[in-house]
Amino acid sequence: MHVVVLMKQTFDTEERIRLVDGKIAEDGVKWIINPYDEYAVEEAIQLKENQGATVTVVSVGNENTTQALRTALAMGADEAVLIEAPDLSDERAIAKAIVAYLKDKSFDVLLAGNFSVDNGAGQVAIRVAHELGLPHIAAVTKLTIEGNQATGVREIDGDVQTVTATLPALFTAQQGLNEPRYPSLPNIMKAKKKPLTTLTLSDLGLSNDDVAAKVERVEVTLPPKRQAGQKITGTPDEQAEQLAEILVKALR
Amino acid sequence: MDFDLTSEQKMIRDTVREFAEAEIAPHAAEWDRTEHFPIEVFRKMGELGFLGLTIPEEYGGAGADMISYCLAVEEIGRACGGTGLSYEAHVSLACTPILLYGTEEQKKKYLVPMARGEALGAFGLTEPGAGSDAGGTRTTAVLEGDKWVITGNKIFNTNGGYAKYVVLTALTDPASRGISAFIVPTDAEGFSVSKPYEKLGMRASNTVELILDHVRVPKENLLGPLNAGFKQFLSTLDGGRVAIAALAVGIARAAFETALAYAKTRVQFGQAISKFQAIQHKLADMAMHIDLARNAVMKAAWLKDQGRPYTLEASYAKLFASEMCTRTCEQAIQILGGYGYMREYPVERHYRDAKLVEIGEGTSEIQRLVIARQLGC
Repeated sequence: MHVVVLMKQTFDTEERIRLVDGKIAEDGVKWIINPYDEYAVEEAIQLKENQGATVTVVSVGNENTTQALRTALAMGADEAVLIEAPDLSDERAIAKAIVAYLKDKSFDVLLAGNFSVDNGAGQVAIRVAHELGLPHIAAVTKLTIEGNQATGVREIDGDVQTVTATLPALFTAQQGLNEPRYPSLPNIMKAKKKPLTTLTLSDLGLSNDDVAAKVERVEVTLPPKRQAGQKITGTPDEQAEQLAEILVKALR
Repeated sequence: MDFDLTSEQKMIRDTVREFAEAEIAPHAAEWDRTEHFPIEVFRKMGELGFLGLTIPEEYGGAGADMISYCLAVEEIGRACGGTGLSYEAHVSLACTPILLYGTEEQKKKYLVPMARGEALGAFGLTEPGAGSDAGGTRTTAVLEGDKWVITGNKIFNTNGGYAKYVVLTALTDPASRGISAFIVPTDAEGFSVSKPYEKLGMRASNTVELILDHVRVPKENLLGPLNAGFKQFLSTLDGGRVAIAALAVGIARAAFETALAYAKTRVQFGQAISKFQAIQHKLADMAMHIDLARNAVMKAAWLKDQGRPYTLEASYAKLFASEMCTRTCEQAIQILGGYGYMREYPVERHYRDAKLVEIGEGTSEIQRLVIARQLGC
């Protein structure tokens, strides 16, 4: 069984977002594997351990993204592929790049995160499945593979839904699917010996037109700052009167 | 010159930090209060390869360098001083001498399980009459047939109550005060340990007295050449000093982080106390000293990784980091005021843990002596 995991490197979830010249500043930021993608990596490694799969992790990004790929290798993935395309911005283009890589590869299971915690579009994996004409089951909290049959369990509005699919198929991971492991320290050391291939868009036969953005980001803004509270002073009667005035004004 | 860590060093630091924050730090206060040695956490650390971090792959370790190991000790020490100390004693003092001086058979038999985390190790040097002055060693080892018969007491032993193997020193030539090192399995007949010491700090670390009453170990358990024990443990302690300096950096960082966060939120006279120059100067000094101490640790570790002499730098790092650590923890208590003195906040624990680092693996006085000797005094 060959399992391919689509993963993205994102800001650490505790990182504070700073804007510099209208862009999100990336200097000094701690980078991690997108937490939902980490569930996907863990699931792939469990398939490897329990059913003897080989695991390839694929990411679209820049040189910095190798850190996340190396972490996945240290967790137990067998090989990593970096599609070096730092300028791709919309989900359609990223999906195109991944499809260009996958279209002549053979694989049984495609795993990805439910969405990324930075942009949160939740599109790339589903677009890949669509373009490759694969069945997909999104946001699974349990995944069982038997032969070429997959059964995914998803949580839907206070209930659970069980969906089956025939492999090859794509699954996106939801929180609860598993508990990602810490990479062991010996595996961190061994990870540097595992293959990490870097491909460019031209290696994949893609032109700039193929991956031109269909979506334009017009502006990035931080949420409005919370207003400071207002202090009411005076005797209890005076305070009550002021409060009533404020409330009436706000309601109008 | 390059101050950047390699991607492996960063990944090891981040993994150990994540582990320490999740599995160690939340329990540190309780372990301190109840004097609980977290053997269950050492099992987990063993599974993740922490316990053989610097040991080559062929002997069951991760094959990482000294810099990675120091980063790991700092992170564990930041979460819990006592756990950091026991970790450091296992790797630096128990595993390393076997790696450096052990025969192939000894490495396979003793080092591999310790590096894999299946067995914990300890190092027995200190005696009632012998510490840095190894000349006072009274424990004896006498060859009877094909067995060494070892008799004596080792005090202040870290990990002794949980260790499977102890590396210890004994007199093998009383006439010339020749000392040799031995590997002693703790299940050997005649080997016992006292109940754990009650300590000021490092209370999550297990500290016992080892009692050896005619303990017989096979002849081949002699570690390194006969009567070369003194030289061996001097070099063992050099490596240990760098690591224990990293432990001091970790404890100091924990105290500093608490003090900084507290100062930013504690309001007096209408503003956060971090706005007062008196507090700012303390925090500035603390941050600077921690950074300088870490640089000293990294330099000594780097020299060791390059295979260059590092005795002087090891003592610099140990002396500066340990004294810095006590001072930083003391200032942290001062910043927290009454809260700092209470167990509700962790800084009084850091302060108690810190003091040990000025004493263990060569006191500050011995470090100054080592430095002065290196200067040719």
